[in-house]
Amino acid sequence: MAVGPTTLSTTAPRTSRRHLNRDLLLAIVVLTPSIIGVAIFIYTFIAWTFWISTVNWNTSVIDYTFVGLRNWERMLGSFRFQMNLRNLALYALGFMSQCIIIGFLLASLLDQRIKGEAVFRTIFIFPFAVSAVVTGVAWRWLMRPETGINLLFESVGLGVLKSKWFADPTWGILFITIASGWQFAGYVMALYLAGLRGIPSEVKEAAQMDGCNTWNLYRHIIIPMLAPVTYTAIVLTGMGAIRVFDIVTVISGSGQAFSTDMLAYHMFEQMFTANRFSLSAVIGAFMIILSVFLVVPYLLSVRKEQER
Amino acid sequence: MRTNTVTLQTIWSRGAIYFLLIAFALYFLMPVYVLVNTSFKPYTEVSIQRMWELPQGLYLGSFAEAWSKVSPNFINSLLITVPAAIISSFIGSINGYIFSKWRFRGSNTIFLLFLIGMFLPYQGVLIPMVLTLRTVGLYGTIPGLIFIHCVFGIPITALMFRSYYAGVPDDLVDAGKIDGCGFFGIYRHILLPIAAPAFAVVLLWQFTSIWNDFIIGLVVLSNPRLAPVTVAVQNLAGSFTTEWNIQMAGALIAAAPTIIVYLLLGKLFMRGLLAGSVKG
Amino acid sequence: MSNNRKFTRRQTLKLIGFGAAGAALAACAAPPSAAPAAPAESKPAKQPAAGGGKLEIFSWWTSGGEVEALEALYKLYREKYPNVEIINAALAGGAGQGGNMKAVLETRMIGGDPPDSFQVHLGQELIGSHVKAGRMEELSELYASEGWNDVFPKGLIELASYEGKPYSVPVNIHRSNVMWYNVKHLADAGMEKPPATWDEWFAYAEKLKAKGIGALAVAGADPNFSAHVFENILVATLGPDKYLGLFNGQTKWDDAGVKEAMGLLLKTHEYAQDGYQSVAWGDINEVMTSGKASTMIMGDWTHGLFLSAGFKDYHWAPAPNTNGVFVALSDSFGLPKGAKNRENVINWLKLCGSREGQDAFNPIKGSIPARTDPDLSKYDDYLKETIEAFKTNTIVGSIQHGAAAPQGFVNDYDTVVSTLLASKDVEAAARQLVDAANAAGLSG
Repeated sequence: MAVGPTTLSTTAPRTSRRHLNRDLLLAIVVLTPSIIGVAIFIYTFIAWTFWISTVNWNTSVIDYTFVGLRNWERMLGSFRFQMNLRNLALYALGFMSQCIIIGFLLASLLDQRIKGEAVFRTIFIFPFAVSAVVTGVAWRWLMRPETGINLLFESVGLGVLKSKWFADPTWGILFITIASGWQFAGYVMALYLAGLRGIPSEVKEAAQMDGCNTWNLYRHIIIPMLAPVTYTAIVLTGMGAIRVFDIVTVISGSGQAFSTDMLAYHMFEQMFTANRFSLSAVIGAFMIILSVFLVVPYLLSVRKEQER
Repeated sequence: MRTNTVTLQTIWSRGAIYFLLIAFALYFLMPVYVLVNTSFKPYTEVSIQRMWELPQGLYLGSFAEAWSKVSPNFINSLLITVPAAIISSFIGSINGYIFSKWRFRGSNTIFLLFLIGMFLPYQGVLIPMVLTLRTVGLYGTIPGLIFIHCVFGIPITALMFRSYYAGVPDDLVDAGKIDGCGFFGIYRHILLPIAAPAFAVVLLWQFTSIWNDFIIGLVVLSNPRLAPVTVAVQNLAGSFTTEWNIQMAGALIAAAPTIIVYLLLGKLFMRGLLAGSVKG
Repeated sequence: MSNNRKFTRRQTLKLIGFGAAGAALAACAAPPSAAPAAPAESKPAKQPAAGGGKLEIFSWWTSGGEVEALEALYKLYREKYPNVEIINAALAGGAGQGGNMKAVLETRMIGGDPPDSFQVHLGQELIGSHVKAGRMEELSELYASEGWNDVFPKGLIELASYEGKPYSVPVNIHRSNVMWYNVKHLADAGMEKPPATWDEWFAYAEKLKAKGIGALAVAGADPNFSAHVFENILVATLGPDKYLGLFNGQTKWDDAGVKEAMGLLLKTHEYAQDGYQSVAWGDINEVMTSGKASTMIMGDWTHGLFLSAGFKDYHWAPAPNTNGVFVALSDSFGLPKGAKNRENVINWLKLCGSREGQDAFNPIKGSIPARTDPDLSKYDDYLKETIEAFKTNTIVGSIQHGAAAPQGFVNDYDTVVSTLLASKDVEAAARQLVDAANAAGLSG
């Protein structure tokens, strides 16, 4: 349904072209306050973060002595930071795949003309409205090894499925993605549902007539047509993964030997518990660099689609 | 425009579909059950060992106590979130309009920069945030906090509205120009009237993010008494021990408004997504 | 179909109405801003009229006994200064202890908007941070005029001081090296007295293991818990003098005594209760009250927590091999430069250091007063014993709770303990601690 841009009509009379330039100017003027706001409140803050990461401010006494990349060396080489990266990879994998797969699956199911679709939809998307802290509290209870879901498993005879959940020293972080996936999958489902509804029925009928079975229908037609939604979902969940903080704080903190430590939590502790402002800024700057890697491909793909 | 799903029905057997949906529904409701269950118990009944058991009676004291502790901050959150969500949505609708219909040299780069700004880890920039706000005299005030939320919301709201407006054919806009509509005219007469679903999407997202924000509100308002309800819910947990029934009751109270907003905007919200509001 | 997407006139009006109402509501309901932008930090902020104004007290005391204890102090304050409005700005939660409160505090202090007074651990937690950064006023005059130099123990005043001048007023003392034990389990094991040395403790632990009971309650999800245990084992293996030497370079962190302590720490965790890895600090008391573990080495705030949980089958003793040593931590209040209501804060500090104030606060909080002249009738058995111990024991500062070492070091120390528990590599841990000590400037 998204129609690509058409070029401006070349038969517009001359007077409206002058209006056009004036309107374009107006557009830029109206955009300017937002540009200024973003420039000051986001980009100067980003610049501040990068700058602080290169000075020697690692105690409560403010110290702006330039030390180049020394903080970067120290942080990047530290065990805790490396654990952060490992955890981020696992978390991103778990979180993004859960949201996208479950979201897509639920959307496909709901697209089948279900009775009570609105009820199901509300149930699935409602966790999005709940804050990360509340999500963490509820799931912390569910994931406690001596009770919670393990208790449920035992009572129905599935005791073999019991696990240590977030307390698992190796895979704890993956279990935490269950909580955050629970919270966000519904939103991704809504995105996919809208996307599915937007696929014209003629396309599906044509494919069916060509003898496509369901699996191929999905694989070759539906999923590719939903690529924009998938891209959006990747950006939103990737953003969530890089910045995750509340849910980790509530469920497990750093965990044993940093098994569930994440970048934002580490940054927070460095800044406010250890007063190592420059080291903390390294983590912040690193998070921003990571985000560039996420956003640029997304925008390039959007540009490509517009040029179609 | 509904997809014709009759042919697919034979592949996905109805039984399997409903089974899966109900199974997932139970999965999604499980944490809710824990929250609700515990908040209806008095503290003496709260036990991690017996968390699945239903309460012995519907005890309302936890809610009463949670409400008494949380209500001042609840009002604060309303005062912060409602204006901030609405204002930032309007700002996004204008910016999205500009980015999608008034492309000029460099507008894509600016948009890219906006998007990167979306990733700012705000826990790391609390200090310059305070210093900047103090310089402009907005520190410690609710309007100041609303301002900050609006600024931080500029990128995502612009993204959502831009995607939505991309679905509006440019012919429509051109027709408006020929009719003599200028910049504001097109916005007011062509795009704004059909923007309700997009507003639903953006309002829901912004309302949820701002309502659930914790650390920005706390730091900008500097006084925990002015802080949003998320802080109050956190404070229900003590430093060394927690009364779970009260904390969960408080959490439910804090979650209520966002759920209500979704219920009110739900239909519009789906329509907004349908029209491509976040499709890119 | 296009109707579905249009804003009806009604909807538009509603939306605008909401926005306008919301903005109007925010504008008139917004309380007066916390303070006008303060002038340069060196000049004191404009003072409110005498006898009035506000007093903003910042802390992380939000639960049960803590809040009530604070209220008791507030009550006394209001009796004396009825025109002052007390703002109890307390904040719980966050990363680490008092994480959220510290985040806001740091941001405000560095941002130039200090709270009137804030709860902070006495010692290096304050000295190493805001004192060295020049953001606190020194209090030697106050100490002299209130006679505190005679009433606080010398060791405590030293901990509170930087370059000979004290910077905060201790309102309480907590003891870190206490072993809480289940009296029923002890009796069942046929022991008359709790273990006094680590050898005795391990013997007891073996007996408990045979019965499937954990000997040591451990909150494994929070490595800082074990770090607390570790500091008390350090005191046990090094003795108080060498322990003090750790912070001025006289004792090296790879000393044999330190390594011995590490080995003991690892060994104790072999006797922790089942499933200890997932227990958070906030839930540790349930482990003891439900009898899953028999002993716990933890600070004496535990006493109040056990009481409020209705637990009766416990008693206390100094942590093994630390009899005669008092590992102290203290909550205190100071005077930030540029506090908006300086007069009120000074009155608050006077109250905190007064006999009346401390005797009102401490029995409720479950701690002992910092003063050496309390009214003993107000304190229960445990506290009376502890007050006595405080008078006669050697006092050393707690690492974990900010008395002995600056926060950067404590953070590293916690990291090392966490890594040590997972890797069991004592040599590596010792090296890391030496590095941390050098980085923090603890080498004398």
